[in-house]
Amino acid sequence: MKLISLAWHSLLNRRFAVILTVVTIAFSIGLLVMVEQLRQEVRQGFYRSVSGVDLIVGARTAPIQLLLYSVFGIGSATNNIDWQTFKELEALPEVDWAVPMALGDSHQGYRVMGTTRAFFDSFQVGNQEPLTIARGKHTEEIFGDLFDVVIGAQVARKLGYDLGDAIVLSHGTGRVSLQAHDSLPFKVAAILAPTGTPIDQQLYVSLSAHRAIHVGWESGMQRPGTGLDADQARDRADELEPETLTAIFLGLKTRAAVFGLQRRVNEYRVEPLSAIIPGIALQELWRISGLAEQILRVVAFLVVLTGLLGMLTVLLTTLNERRREMAILRANGARPRQIATLLVVEAGLIAFAGILLGVGLAYAAQWAAAPVLLDRLGIYLSLGWPEAWQLGVLALIWVAGLLVALIPASLAYRRTLADGMQVRN
Amino acid sequence: MTPLLELNGLRYTWPGSDEVIALPDISLNKGEKVFLYGPSGSGKSTLLALIGGLIKPDSGQVVFAGERLDRLKGSRRDRFRADHLGIIFQQFNLLPWLDVRSNVALPCQFSKQRAQRCGDVDQAVERLLMGMDLESGLWSRRADALSVGQQQRVAAARALIGEPDLILADEPTSALDADRRQVFIDLLFKQTELSGSTLLFVSHEQDLAPRFDRTLSLESVFV
Repeated sequence: MKLISLAWHSLLNRRFAVILTVVTIAFSIGLLVMVEQLRQEVRQGFYRSVSGVDLIVGARTAPIQLLLYSVFGIGSATNNIDWQTFKELEALPEVDWAVPMALGDSHQGYRVMGTTRAFFDSFQVGNQEPLTIARGKHTEEIFGDLFDVVIGAQVARKLGYDLGDAIVLSHGTGRVSLQAHDSLPFKVAAILAPTGTPIDQQLYVSLSAHRAIHVGWESGMQRPGTGLDADQARDRADELEPETLTAIFLGLKTRAAVFGLQRRVNEYRVEPLSAIIPGIALQELWRISGLAEQILRVVAFLVVLTGLLGMLTVLLTTLNERRREMAILRANGARPRQIATLLVVEAGLIAFAGILLGVGLAYAAQWAAAPVLLDRLGIYLSLGWPEAWQLGVLALIWVAGLLVALIPASLAYRRTLADGMQVRN
Repeated sequence: MTPLLELNGLRYTWPGSDEVIALPDISLNKGEKVFLYGPSGSGKSTLLALIGGLIKPDSGQVVFAGERLDRLKGSRRDRFRADHLGIIFQQFNLLPWLDVRSNVALPCQFSKQRAQRCGDVDQAVERLLMGMDLESGLWSRRADALSVGQQQRVAAARALIGEPDLILADEPTSALDADRRQVFIDLLFKQTELSGSTLLFVSHEQDLAPRFDRTLSLESVFV
C-alpha cells in the first residue's frame, strides 16, 4: 500500500499550511531539546572544571559560594585564609598535593591567580587530564623568574598575547581598573593548552610575585614611596612569603580520606575554614537551580503541546475541504480505515519533519550559544548526540502526534461512512 | 445465464431521514451497456451507494455474480467495490494533487486483483490513456491542470483499469458540451468493450439513450 506516497502528495498540495505547522512543531521541539541539552552540557562543563580536585578549602563561607568564586570566578571571597594553614594542610599525610590560590588582581578583566608550580604539576580537569603547556617554558622552569606569568588559552587568544609579551596587572578584579601595578610588569613565560574550563580564562603568577607587587599596598592602594622595583623584588624573592590566600585546592592520596579531612578542616581551631567536596557542592547548586530547570522543562513541554494542537487545528480545518478527496478515494476502493490511516500518516510525517527540524534548530542554537558560554563562564559546550532517553522522549512526542491525529482520523472515518459515494463540496 | 447484477425489492432509509426509499428491481447481464434514466431526486445516489456496497439496504437483495452483496460485512463490501467496480462521477473525479498517471493507477493501489489483471500497471495506464485519446504530453501533469473534458476521460480510464466487471457512470457527460459528449461516449464504449465490462450509465439526458443496448428508468417510490 502506497498510503505514504498518497499522504506525501496530499501534504505537498497544502505545503504552505503544512510548512507552517512543521515550523511551529520544530520551534517547540527545538526549545525542549535546547533546554535539556544546555542543562546537561552546563552541568557537564562545571564537573569538568573540578574533576581532579578532592577538596577546596577557603575561609568559612557557604559551600556554593566558595565553589563559585574559587573555580568559576563568580562572586568573590569575603575573607582570606592564613598562609600557615596552607603549610599545615600540605604537610598532612593524606594530602597528595596542595595548590594555593591567591586572588585580587586582574588583567583586562581576566583573573590573576597567584599560585605555585604545584598547580601545573597536579591540577587536573576534564577526564582527570593534567594541564599541559602549549608553548613556552616547561613546567619545571615555570616561575623560574619572579615575573613569569603563565596565561590561559583563551586569554592568549582573545588578547593576542604571545611568549615574551609584557603584561601589567591591575589591582582589583574589575574590567576597568584605575590602579595598575605598572612598576612591575610581567613577561609571558608559557601559554596553557585549552581545557574548556575556567582555567583558560586566567593568568598565573607565582605567590612570591603576587606578594611582591603588593608590598606597600596593604591599605588597598599604594602608599607613595613604598613598593619595590623589579630588581629589589628579584633579590628578595626567597623571603617574599605570602601572608594570606584566597583558597586551597587539595588532591588526596585516597578518595576515602575525603570526608574525614573535610570534617577536620571544618573544625580547624586556629581560624574558621570551610572545606567542600566540589561534586557535592555542585549537587547542591543543581538543587537550587533545579526548580528553575523544572519550570523551563514544563514550559517547553507545554509549548510542544501547543505545537501538536496547532497541527490538530490544521488537520481539522482542512478536513472539510478534503471531503471530496475522501469520497474519491472511497469510490476507488479505499476503505474508511485506510482513509483514517491516511490522516494519521500525514500527521506522522508532519510531526517527524517538525521533530527533525526542531533538533536541528536546537543544535544550531547551541552552536551559536557555545562561544558566549565559553566567554562568560569558561564552559565549553560539546555538541554530542542526543542521549537514548532524549531520543525516547522525542519518539514519545511523535507518538503523541499520531494520537492527536486520531481525532481528525476518526471524524474522517465517520464521515466517509455517512457520505457514501456522493461527492460533496 | 445468471445476470451480473440483480437488485430485488431494495428499501433504504438514510440516517437522519424518515423517508423510506423503495427502489425498482433491476437486472444487468454481463457485457451489456445499459442506460438508466434517472432525473434528479429519483433515488439515484441511493441506488449507486447500494450497488457500490457503501450502504446496506434495510431490506431486499443486491446479488452480484451470484453473491449476496447485502449480506457482506462492511470491509468485505469495500473489498468487493475495489475489485469489481469502476466508478465515474459527474465531475471532480480526480485527486487534483496527483498527476494523471497516478490518478488512473489509483484503484490498483486498493485492489490487488485489479493490479494483477493489469499485468504491468504502468503499461495498462498508458494503454487506457491512449485509448481515451489523451496525448502523452498530459500524462505527467497534475490532474487539475486538465480541462473538464480531459478530466472526465482520465476518470473513465481510471474506472476501466484492471478490467472491473461493472462500470458505474453517474452523469459523466453532464459537464460536457454536445460534441464532446458524443466523443466521450464513443471512447467509453470502445474501451468498455475491450475490457469486457458491463456499463451502467445513469443520466437524465434522454437523447443519449438510443446508443445503448437497453434503457431502464429509475422511478423510486418514497414511502
